[in-house]
Amino acid sequence: MTPNNAVTANSGVSRRNFLVGSATAGGGLLLDLSFVPAVKAAPGHEATATSTLNAYVQINPDDSVTIFSKNPEIGQGIKTAFAQIIAEELDVDWKQVHAEQAPTDAKLYGAQFAGGSLSVPMNYDTLRRAGAAGRAMLVTAAAQTWKVPASQCTTEAGVVYHKASNRSLKYGQLAAKAAKVPAPDLKTVSLKDPKDFKIIGQAIGGVDSPKIVRGQPIFGIDVQVPGMRYAVFERCPVHGGKFGSANLDDIKKLPGVRNVFVVSAPDDPPPPFDGMMGPITDGVAIVADTWYQANKAAESLEVQWQQTPFGNLNSADYPAQARKLAQNKPTKDVITKGDPKGTLASAAKVIEAEYHYPFLAHVPLEPMNSTSAYKDGKVEIWAPTQFPGNNVKLVAKTLGIPEDHVTIHVTRSGGGFGRRLSSEFVAQSAIISKMHGEPVKLLWTRLQDIQHDSYRPGGFHFFKAGLDNSGKLVAFDDHMITFGVGDKFTNSGTISPTEFPAQFMEHVSIGMSALPSSLPTGPMRAPGSNALAFAFQSFLDEVAHASGKDLLTLQLELLGEPRQMPSPKGGFGPPSPGFHTGRMAGVLKKVAEVSGYGKKQLPKGTGMGIACYYSHLGYFAEVCQATVDSYGGVKVNKMWVAVDVGNQIVNPSGGLNQVQGGIIDGIGQALHAGVKIVGGRVVQTNFHDYPLIRMNEAPPVEVVWVKTEFPATGLGEPALPPALPALTNAIFAATGKRIRTLPINPQELKSA
Amino acid sequence: MSYTIKINGTPRTVDVDGDTPLLWVLRDVLDMKGPKFGCGLGLCGCCTVHIDGNPTRACITPVKAVGERPVLTIEGVGDTETGKKVQEAWLALDVMQCGYCQAGQIMSATALLNEKPHPTDADIDAAMSGNICRCATYTRIRAAIKQAAGLDTKDSRDI
Repeated sequence: MTPNNAVTANSGVSRRNFLVGSATAGGGLLLDLSFVPAVKAAPGHEATATSTLNAYVQINPDDSVTIFSKNPEIGQGIKTAFAQIIAEELDVDWKQVHAEQAPTDAKLYGAQFAGGSLSVPMNYDTLRRAGAAGRAMLVTAAAQTWKVPASQCTTEAGVVYHKASNRSLKYGQLAAKAAKVPAPDLKTVSLKDPKDFKIIGQAIGGVDSPKIVRGQPIFGIDVQVPGMRYAVFERCPVHGGKFGSANLDDIKKLPGVRNVFVVSAPDDPPPPFDGMMGPITDGVAIVADTWYQANKAAESLEVQWQQTPFGNLNSADYPAQARKLAQNKPTKDVITKGDPKGTLASAAKVIEAEYHYPFLAHVPLEPMNSTSAYKDGKVEIWAPTQFPGNNVKLVAKTLGIPEDHVTIHVTRSGGGFGRRLSSEFVAQSAIISKMHGEPVKLLWTRLQDIQHDSYRPGGFHFFKAGLDNSGKLVAFDDHMITFGVGDKFTNSGTISPTEFPAQFMEHVSIGMSALPSSLPTGPMRAPGSNALAFAFQSFLDEVAHASGKDLLTLQLELLGEPRQMPSPKGGFGPPSPGFHTGRMAGVLKKVAEVSGYGKKQLPKGTGMGIACYYSHLGYFAEVCQATVDSYGGVKVNKMWVAVDVGNQIVNPSGGLNQVQGGIIDGIGQALHAGVKIVGGRVVQTNFHDYPLIRMNEAPPVEVVWVKTEFPATGLGEPALPPALPALTNAIFAATGKRIRTLPINPQELKSA
Repeated sequence: MSYTIKINGTPRTVDVDGDTPLLWVLRDVLDMKGPKFGCGLGLCGCCTVHIDGNPTRACITPVKAVGERPVLTIEGVGDTETGKKVQEAWLALDVMQCGYCQAGQIMSATALLNEKPHPTDADIDAAMSGNICRCATYTRIRAAIKQAAGLDTKDSRDI
């Protein structure tokens, strides 16, 4: 079954034509892949057929080149960037390139997901080699044709040349032959010198953008499958609540309604709820001829949900509960080094502060949706998803079918931000299609999206810092109050022993304890970092002021000589090389220089704040200039950022967009974002009570790239975390008032 | 009930309940998927179309309220002089990240330029603040509007 009009995966490329690879422990493809020589040719028409050189490259008879992007496109620009990397080494003209979403197939592509800003660091080298291997096969085919050594052949812009004999052949002419050439060893295939790059490093517009400006149907919500019905799925407002009873028979009579039924969760997940890996929960499915009819019918649905153990949880109670918990010894000792207690007790000055950040909803603008067609024990799914590999697992488990009976076509996503790393919305559509017996498109409302998210967890930090007589920071302690049960902490609500400045302190302790929570949580753009940066960089600004210096000076002193710190163990993704002090000092100095931090005379009510943060292998330092009016209104006048993500920005246009957008996103979070929990449920319903930053509040953002000789890393996430403390530190500079709770409350900043 | 509405210059007849929002008539009855669903309450602007030239949230506009007035959607805006310039500027400045809101942004921007061919930054704030971009591509949306207007793309608010 294929959609009528949606752009989806595959496009006639059959799986058997791809090379067979295997995933490494880290999720990447092994480099010594053996390419399967395969030609997709109609009998007798070989010359007009497309030729698949490997899982990433297909040469078409019109001399165009189709490049398959293995990871989901959620707005981070990876479909364009991956095509650039492959096209560069394949040595074609960008005008020849047509980028397509690759099929979901772990055997061919290894891990396929959009998360952790890992797409570039995990795939940059592999994709270069895949492109270079394709080029080598084309060169071999030309050399065989001309009966000359391959070493005498050169390539440029999709053409192989034998200059000595003044001969040339276009890739399209060579493709069928090249597809039969044994694939070269990826480990030894020759790569371009980066100084010869013509496509990598170029500001190239998004490959799907021409379709977007014309309103063409390329998102998950746009998928149309023959015979498809529309579904809504109502769940208990408190996560995991079991179905009791409902007026199902009344709903069945409403216009356009085809079916109404209860979907029962296969098992009850234990808290803390993991929004990324969690199963589906109980709900009522309404299937109708149009989505409007299904949703209208849902307005008349009255469900009595069973009591849940979480109906008494209120976010307004959390601060008092956290304070009480913070007086105890932490449940988990994250790091204890030296004698933090004794050093604090004997310190000349102790600074104590309590920081708090709320739970957040992701709210990508395209609400969760998924289209499923279940038939005879197999299901085909079209979904805007960040993690098709995980989706397959949950769908198979929910439906009780083998994983190889689940096919997922990844569509473009209308924003991800981590929300679409979870799988429950995909599994819901699959089970509804199975139970109903026809293909269905499940679409959530905005209310459901806000009230059934996989939230960024809230948290509290109870900090203590000790200064000696000279004002030097000598001891540091943080008791983080997160959420969970005992020492089982909620997804994305933990802290690492390498959290700055722990690695640079002789006497330090960080511990965690948990409050109970009713909300499933999961990764949100720069998970962990998006919250910790605010708390730590704001508190360090307090420490700096207490010691009579600014935060720039304090952090440069802590960082010390340029060196690579020991690498943290574990974690997700490829092994981290470890934090490099010189790279962070470099961006701090650079952003101070371009912004005039500490050197500008500013009017009353206006201030500058600085902050830095290392996350997702990227080094970011940011300065904010903000003005606070007498009513407590905050206006961000400008943001400056210095960025070190290594030696290569694959696409400077997309990269700049990510950095500017990430910073404005962070400013919006600080100004507005926070979910309220009453009776165990989230109470906000839409963008009037869960506001996002808009055009009139978005400041100019000046970006400075600091290029260093380290491997290229990702840009989707690390710009965001330091934006929040840069703003709160600017507010302190402007008003003398310290923001210790997010979102910023203008009432606390009123001067009248 | 049957309604005939003029969409991108062509009369289209649909048989739906009169309360059905224009957005769902466009998307699910007429298979025009350009206008997007984001909130259902006119708060995000993803569904913006022009009705009689005015930027309008299709998600809260019942089909029965459209009447004789012409409807212009993202699928047709490129056939207008201003709309074409706006689309070209959007591509030239590579505005998009996820792109989901951009149909609505383009429709609001086109309506602004039709009314004010040389908008100031304050005009842009006023006209565009009803359209959310969750990826926060506001910097480039602002610049692209100016480029489409033939203005210097510099941000006058910059310091």
